[in-house]
Amino acid sequence: MIDRRQFTRLAAVLAAGLVAFPTLAADPVRIGFIDPLSGPFAAVGTSGLRQAQFTADEINKAGGVLGGRKLVVVGFDNKISPKESLIQLKRVIGDGIQFIMQGNSSGVANALIDAVAKHNEREPDKRVLYLNYSAVDPSLTNEKCSYWHFRFDANADMKMNALTDVIAANKKMKKIYIIGQDYSFGKAVAAAAVRDLSLKRPDIEIVGNELHPIGKVKDFSPYIAKIKASGAQAVITGNWGADMLNLSKAASDAGLEIPFYTYYAAGNGITKAIGAGGVGKVRLVHEGPSNPPLTDAWRNLEKRYEAKYNDKENFTQPRISNTVHMLANAINKAKSTDPAKVAAALEGMRYTTIWGDVVTMRASDHQLQMPIRISVHTNKGIEFDMDHSGYGLLTESEVSAHVASTPTTCKMKRP
Amino acid sequence: MLELIVFSLLNGLVYGLLLFMLSSGLTLIFSMMGVLNFAHASLYMLGAYFAYSISAKVGFWPGLVIAPVLVGVVGALIERYGLRNVHRYGHVAELIFTFGIAFLIEESIQLIWGKQTMDYREPEILSVPLFTLWGTDFPAYKAFMLAVSIGIFIALLLVLTRTRVGLIIQAAITHPNQVAMLGHNVPLVFTGVFGVGSALAGLAGVIAGPALGTFPGMAAVLGSIVFVVIVVGGLGSLWGAFLASLLIGMLQTFAVAVDYSLEDLFAEIGISTSKTSALSDLYTVTVAQIGPILPYLLLVLILIFRPTGLFGKREV
Repeated sequence: MIDRRQFTRLAAVLAAGLVAFPTLAADPVRIGFIDPLSGPFAAVGTSGLRQAQFTADEINKAGGVLGGRKLVVVGFDNKISPKESLIQLKRVIGDGIQFIMQGNSSGVANALIDAVAKHNEREPDKRVLYLNYSAVDPSLTNEKCSYWHFRFDANADMKMNALTDVIAANKKMKKIYIIGQDYSFGKAVAAAAVRDLSLKRPDIEIVGNELHPIGKVKDFSPYIAKIKASGAQAVITGNWGADMLNLSKAASDAGLEIPFYTYYAAGNGITKAIGAGGVGKVRLVHEGPSNPPLTDAWRNLEKRYEAKYNDKENFTQPRISNTVHMLANAINKAKSTDPAKVAAALEGMRYTTIWGDVVTMRASDHQLQMPIRISVHTNKGIEFDMDHSGYGLLTESEVSAHVASTPTTCKMKRP
Repeated sequence: MLELIVFSLLNGLVYGLLLFMLSSGLTLIFSMMGVLNFAHASLYMLGAYFAYSISAKVGFWPGLVIAPVLVGVVGALIERYGLRNVHRYGHVAELIFTFGIAFLIEESIQLIWGKQTMDYREPEILSVPLFTLWGTDFPAYKAFMLAVSIGIFIALLLVLTRTRVGLIIQAAITHPNQVAMLGHNVPLVFTGVFGVGSALAGLAGVIAGPALGTFPGMAAVLGSIVFVVIVVGGLGSLWGAFLASLLIGMLQTFAVAVDYSLEDLFAEIGISTSKTSALSDLYTVTVAQIGPILPYLLLVLILIFRPTGLFGKREV
């Protein structure tokens, strides 16, 4: 409550400062970064904000966009609440910001995608474009798809498809436990896991399918005891932020050393918490090649980033780099910051990532088509560790963009 | 099954006793001064942050002693220079005052330490498994949490029932004027009790910080549940707080282990439910999913059927 007040004041000061100047050609292009910057998921939100700012700074150093205009990322704290996100969206619009970035929580994304679509319809001259870098509920690019929403991360179905391929290949695997956060994303992960496993390995028994309150559980020991008692040979979880950190902490405290197949079990203290107990056992599905870094450009970027934050931070979300770079390219291609023109430029855009992947923004649903990697938590062959722990992610297998792709049911309504 | 029960018991015990450490101070302060201290959970948070900073400099063990003392001093100062002046304006003013203090502390902590989760860890010596049952480890740190909480409970009980100070405190609870007449410095006793109550909250923070995380929302996580504990236990009753803490700890831990829903119950008595029913969402919710609201359900039931709480002498 007081957070909001303090934040309102801060934002008001910021807004006053920004509104006071009329738009000039050399004015920066601002991106409103709406994510949790306080509360249990602050660690993920603020590290995402840093990575977005860092990428914007790199683009600015190379000359910015539209021949010299700078990209500026402005943080807006939504405290992971959809309601608060809509308030922040109003503030973003009021400030005349034309681009928003959001990634944490598909619950928030579901609220924003509607609000942005409605706003753009109502006020066509003050449109905003919604760049989703990490909210992976499949419905956002299927039944709920919107022309004003672009997703730069593989959705939960694409990721689960890759994860279950790895699980299915292990013939000894007979019992699996699914645990997730009780909201749209956690449910999407569980549904995808059950569906994929029943197709690929009908003999695998789902011994537990559990949803826990998001961001509220501090001690996962009771859940770990339950997983243990179920006789599960592996766990599938979409948990992220504090929920992943506390889950892995409780698992290592209880000595539960079965494989974990995850979406987000790395960085922001999680790698450190998993530590030695998870070597060769914790796997995660993601976009970026942490180790080996694949290209010198990517290696140098990671080094520069870690140097900037005295080795305390890692570039944990490479998709953020893609998001900001593709936005910059689209602005240049459109020769304008008008969201309608930028959206048109983004549709179908091909981009070569810093680590050498070729990705395409599919026009039919605005889901980025990209390669996916499965990495394993280990301390061997690690060039870039995480959390300064000596442990990091080693790429184990790679799924090409073509194979990772899933069909869409989106019927895009174009303006 | 047995292993699930044993570990749920152990986990419930750890969580319950942690709740007790927090609520014992709160219930003491309430029974003595009639003040429902909303800042109590904030003092718990302050304890964890103090201990984090101290442990970063000189290690965990000095922090275990110094941080609660510091929090106790903060509490005593709040009572001496804040609450005592507000007291004459009545209970509503006191409530609002502690409410304000709670925000003040939480905001100051965020200004000083930031909004990130602190990397406050248990000492190396306690980060090993104490014993292994059915292949599951029980961490030594949890055993340490248990030992500290039980130690505090026994110490409090002894002080209150077996010492002179305890006698005076008990007398001051019911007959403050009489005690003052006898020449005891009742305001000093109040300050002392508030300080000790705060120190207990601080101690709870110190030992809970590494286990439950040291972050800006940590006061909010336990803040409301502590009030449930003291209402269920009976305002002002140490034994009540003790048993209610254990009850709620067990309730929450065991709820997680139960995957039983209304649908299963209906099936048991021969009623079949359809998946397409509008209420099917309600039928399929498991006990595990409603676990977090069970304590509040208990709170409501207690207030309806036994407003004095389990061991309380006066109505809430």
